[in-house]
Amino acid sequence: MADLRIKIGSLELRNPVMLASGTCGYGAELEDLIDLSKLGAIVVKGTTLEPREGNPYPRMAETASGMLNAVGLQNKGIGYFEKHIYPTLAEYDTHVIVNVNGNTVEDYIELSRRIDRLASIPAIELNISCPNVKQGGMIFGTNPTSAREVIAAVRKAYSRTLIVKLSPNVTDITEFARISEEEGAEAVSLVNTLLGMAVDPKTMKPVLSTVTGGLSGPAIKPVALRMVWQTARAVKIPVIGLGGIMNGDDALEFIMAGATAVQIGTATFIEPRTALSAIVNMDSFLSERNYDSIINIIGIINRI
Amino acid sequence: MSKRIEDLTVTENHRLAEGFFVVKVSSSAGLPEILPGQFVQVLVTESPSTFLRRPISVHDVDYLSNTISLLIQVAGAGTERLSRLRHGETINLIYPLGNAFTLPAVGEKVLLAGGGCGMAPLLFLGRKIKESGIEPQFALGFRNRSRILEHEQFRDLGTVHLATEDGSEGHSGFITDIPAFRESKWDRVYCCGPEPMMKAVAALCLERDIFCEVSLENLMACGMGICLCCIVPTTSGNLCSCTDGPVFNIRDLKWQTSE
Repeated sequence: MADLRIKIGSLELRNPVMLASGTCGYGAELEDLIDLSKLGAIVVKGTTLEPREGNPYPRMAETASGMLNAVGLQNKGIGYFEKHIYPTLAEYDTHVIVNVNGNTVEDYIELSRRIDRLASIPAIELNISCPNVKQGGMIFGTNPTSAREVIAAVRKAYSRTLIVKLSPNVTDITEFARISEEEGAEAVSLVNTLLGMAVDPKTMKPVLSTVTGGLSGPAIKPVALRMVWQTARAVKIPVIGLGGIMNGDDALEFIMAGATAVQIGTATFIEPRTALSAIVNMDSFLSERNYDSIINIIGIINRI
Repeated sequence: MSKRIEDLTVTENHRLAEGFFVVKVSSSAGLPEILPGQFVQVLVTESPSTFLRRPISVHDVDYLSNTISLLIQVAGAGTERLSRLRHGETINLIYPLGNAFTLPAVGEKVLLAGGGCGMAPLLFLGRKIKESGIEPQFALGFRNRSRILEHEQFRDLGTVHLATEDGSEGHSGFITDIPAFRESKWDRVYCCGPEPMMKAVAALCLERDIFCEVSLENLMACGMGICLCCIVPTTSGNLCSCTDGPVFNIRDLKWQTSE
């Protein structure tokens, strides 16, 4: 067995593989199919202060090697989360990270404070990159001034590990990674979905009710990988790589490009066991190549 | 109820009509309990343009041979590939998924109404109802005579009323035009078919205060209540048609009143 343990700030993970927010529900939905205790962490659904109904149907379009979604952060709000979901999450033998969203800086602060009180949640992923909401979300993550403001405010309000989830819909993602680092984030995760759209020629209308949506899946992997590589060279804090990882080798590509950890997203819809097979693949790769630890190959493409 | 991910073996694939196929798949592990109205998520291989699994409703279940029948209508590249499945091939399923139809009480008079691919869950539902001691009746609608799907198995379970839109076979018009539909006093109506058909059936049932459940076929990505893409507006907010459905009581749906 190679050593797969990695650290995100003060948080130690048994391996670098997490399930991405919005693609693993609250974990329970997948429990019949996979052993969650084998995972490094799960990042549960995007949560807001107030309950949200999300965008109207249709919210999804299958595309070439990917899919568009326009869910729009449908969730039952932090009150429901604290009372009904948190107690079940506290039982899991894996780290549970909550993805945090808001319309305003005040929303983000209030939500972070409330999650700070939940002892079994060791980290939050600050989502400033959701492309499917009219307020908040990507608006914060595509403007350096607002990004800095919200990250600094949440840093003050939240005492545990802070991860900032970055949007790829910017000219230079490393600028936002540097801001995150300067304002005290322990890690950045990237990329959220790429803004895209689809038209149905038969109906002569957009496929999604919101016209535009977020593209995920292997279609975006080369773009995500490039951004992870650039970011890992630009900041000292760990980079969590995601975007179109469909198998174990895809996960290794992100690690070798500089990611300390990876998240499996859309692949879980198609093959729920992808994250588990990525862990097995990492272990066998390291053993075959005589590496003791996953740490040895993080960013290795820059060294050979 | 727990779901599983499993490779099943194709034991049969026969063509019912142009674009419609019945594929039978067998589990070597033995089938779990499957309820009428539930569906499977099929992994489509060898079809590069198909990215997501395809949700297919359970058409019939045979526990003696541990076999599930899937009624497949070719609608795109994914279902076209499934229509070409050969005997002995394996396919990967996540199943059983979704909720189920509510079975009738003893002595109730029930009608199972559907059309096209929407007939799929009604065969298994009809079989369960028949096993419970009630003889179901079926109202099946098609565009025209050439589009009629094999329905001998339905006839084995109860009376079948046919309607075609052009009147080339059975009653002329939609299933709601079938005299037995309009004239009899039904306790329960179950419906699965194209949305306009389900809405027409729902409207008729609401007007006559008949218990009615419909099975929806919203576009899905995961089928497991994770992606929140297949939502349907209900009196309790947006619900997932994959886990809260696909079967809904028409009184809980918001579309019943809007059209």
